Amino acid sequence: MDVETKSLLEIRGIKKSFDQNHVLKGIDFDVKAGEVHVLLGENGAGKSTLIKILTGAYQKDAGEIYWEGRMVDLNTPVDAMNIGIATIYQELNLIPQLKVYENIFLGRELKRSGKRSLLDHNAMHEEAKRCLKMLGQNPNIADMQVSRLGIGQQQLVEVAKALALDAKLIIMDEPTSSLSAQEVDQLYKCVESLKAKGIAIVFISHRLEEIRRLGDRITILRDGFKIDTLQVRTTETDYWIELMVGRSLDEKFPKQNFTLGKEGFRVEGLEVEGTQEPVEFSVRYGEIIGISGLVGAGRTELARAIFGADSSKNGKIFIDGKEVKIKSPRDAINSGIAFITEDRKGEGLLLDQKLDFNIVMANMKKFTGKSRLIDLNAIREESENYINELKVRPNNLELNARNLSGGNQQKIVIAKWLCTQAKVFIFDEPTRGIDVGAKVEVYRLMNRLVENGAIVIMISSELPEILGMCDRVLVMSEGKFTANFKIEDASQEKIMKAATGG
Amino acid sequence: MSEIVVQKENGTVKKNLTIKNILSKFAPLIGLVLLVVVLTVLSDRFLTVNNVMNIARQSSINSLLAIGMLLPILTAGIDLSVGSVLAISVMLMGVTTVNMGSNPFIGILVCLGVGSGFGWFNGILLTKLRLPHPFISTLGTMNIARGIALIITAAAPIAGFPYMIQFMGREFVGPIPVSFILVIAVYVIFHIFLTRTQTGRYIYAIGGNPEAARLSGINVDRVLIIVYTISGLMAGLAGLVMVGRVNSAFPLAGLSYELDAIAAVIIGGASFLGGVGTVWGTLIGALIIAVLRNGLNLLNVSADFQMTIIGAVIIAAVYVDVLRQRKNKKK
Ligand SMILES: Nc1ncnc2c1ncn2[C@@H]1O[C@H](COP(=O)(O)OP(=O)(O)OP(=O)(O)O)[C@@H](O)[C@H]1O
Ligand SMILES: [Mg+2]
Repeated sequence: MDVETKSLLEIRGIKKSFDQNHVLKGIDFDVKAGEVHVLLGENGAGKSTLIKILTGAYQKDAGEIYWEGRMVDLNTPVDAMNIGIATIYQELNLIPQLKVYENIFLGRELKRSGKRSLLDHNAMHEEAKRCLKMLGQNPNIADMQVSRLGIGQQQLVEVAKALALDAKLIIMDEPTSSLSAQEVDQLYKCVESLKAKGIAIVFISHRLEEIRRLGDRITILRDGFKIDTLQVRTTETDYWIELMVGRSLDEKFPKQNFTLGKEGFRVEGLEVEGTQEPVEFSVRYGEIIGISGLVGAGRTELARAIFGADSSKNGKIFIDGKEVKIKSPRDAINSGIAFITEDRKGEGLLLDQKLDFNIVMANMKKFTGKSRLIDLNAIREESENYINELKVRPNNLELNARNLSGGNQQKIVIAKWLCTQAKVFIFDEPTRGIDVGAKVEVYRLMNRLVENGAIVIMISSELPEILGMCDRVLVMSEGKFTANFKIEDASQEKIMKAATGG
Repeated sequence: MSEIVVQKENGTVKKNLTIKNILSKFAPLIGLVLLVVVLTVLSDRFLTVNNVMNIARQSSINSLLAIGMLLPILTAGIDLSVGSVLAISVMLMGVTTVNMGSNPFIGILVCLGVGSGFGWFNGILLTKLRLPHPFISTLGTMNIARGIALIITAAAPIAGFPYMIQFMGREFVGPIPVSFILVIAVYVIFHIFLTRTQTGRYIYAIGGNPEAARLSGINVDRVLIIVYTISGLMAGLAGLVMVGRVNSAFPLAGLSYELDAIAAVIIGGASFLGGVGTVWGTLIGALIIAVLRNGLNLLNVSADFQMTIIGAVIIAAVYVDVLRQRKNKKK
């Protein structure tokens, strides 16, 4: 470490454990003003835990934190905010009932004059608009209730919140994992302009392209140890992966081609809420269908309509040529449809229940014997299989879902739906927040599903994974399909063009 | 608590059974034991077979109401109507058996049926009428049921129940009150129901995350209706025990009993936010309240002062829980 450029933040020997689980085993690293410092590591490596210590959300067990050369104690999130550290957590932390600008100023509302005076709504409003503009967002959403925004937009509100803090260091824990390509571009631009202003950024991401594009230095964590800090420009991506997983990874997209069979799944005349035009598509055995589009294009709404999660009108759904009536998620599951939802915390998990219960809850009848009692041993065995298959870490069924890292939580949601032994799998952003190694596992799993005669539909905003894993891609824009490409004919440009309605 | 219980069934050993963990998991039980020790020291009449059986008998009505109450609370709801439902159940049982002279078995069925019926009504209000929170629907039912109970006999009590009906609240097997045996049986059944049946597990799922539960194919409305029906059924059963104890039914029976039931559930470690809570915790919660009441009586503490102390215990118990959770998060 060079002594010349003084570090804005430096940490030494940080240790942290939860009960017997030693998560951080002595981490050193430093961040300089105006740099983007990336943290890379597998799911559960301890990245989020480390930044929670930096933001005062967790207390460290050992180690020191220096801010502008002085040792500091960060006991609460307010301490961190006061010295100029803002954080965008992996899981959204907005209050859905409040308006966007109220969220942006939550906890540090602007007042008209003194401390005890009335709130200055106008000033907050203007400032919120300015921050939203910096992110290339429509400033008028400042007035909207957060619950009416999609996940992507909510994430940008989180970024705007950090901007409004005038922080010297902004920590971003997987900020782009739920954004569409367009929003991601805006975020990149925003990161670059923050950097130009001398603001330091700690950036956590599992997307290697974006690390290459944005990062100055990269620190790699594995099993709670810091492996190395490297210059992004002078090192190979494959080398990072090797340091991160402890071995080299052969292929990022293990696409397998199967012979195309007959049509297995068909949707006809389905009217998704908020659109007029009915939607139609079909999937054949042996292929993986990708559904691409911008965030807000209606892909999740389409999936929810198929699954009976929202009321939809007039649609007909056929499995193996036979019409199935779906009025509720229960009907869908009974007809053999699984829907791996995108919002794991809100729609997927029981955070305060154990992993095994989370995994089996959509298919309890499988474990209910003639006695009407559930077979706890069978549940444990089956859950263990999934946990090993998906490499969930730590592989302890007694943990509550809340105590898993984000990527591992995602794996539990996937396991839950595998456990339903469905025939049709609709994955909504299945690899969001999971590390490169685990992504490959998920892709392999899709291959296996197709091989065993399941229908796989993947909604994804990540074009590389659509192009790498699908046989056909449907592009959605404003609630309707604007293109249907064979994968040989598709390209990032063509998909983007169709996605923007062009 | 719950973890330990589940583990026993699984036959596996908890890996991190540190002293601290045990302390925090068994906090309610430890509280109960401490309470017993203190009262034994303070009063030589406390730890006698007679008095212990007395406590067992006194605790049974609240124990039955509390185990019913646990279910709505697990789903992040509440049932304020149990006290009033108890009253209407026993009044109608009185009308059928005493006034109309029907068979006592029919009386018992009426009592349990009326309780379940009002509980079912609570469930329908919540799920079909979509009233925003069970606090509201059960507050309504609470008043409706109490009102009807008063109207039936123009507020007059009904006495002179047949032995069959009084059996549960009055009889003993050796020194042990039948009502307490009933409580233990009911708790065992509830434990099996909550940990080993689909519907039982769904109750936890709905309390933890209703949207995730719905998207997992769980029929949330059906489970909620079952939950409130059972809560009502327990109110009826508690009423049956009460009639045996006092040999009469009166319209103001069970007045504000819902509060002790809620207190027992909360002291027993259940979370108001839903999804967390156990049968045995609830039993301990109910016993703590009963032991406290009994002990304070032995020590000649006035009823007003007892109320104050029980209030303080509720706050202290929940605070211990808060501390425990904070410790889990930070540490
Ligand atoms: N509150 C907690 N209680 C117990 N264990 C925890 C808690 N929070 C995190 N852990 C454990 O700490 C480890 C590191 O988790 P962390 O969230 O820091 O991982 P991460 O590197 O951010 O992973 P991801 O890429 O999946 O987000 C995991 O094994 C996790 O199970
Ligand atoms: Mg993380």
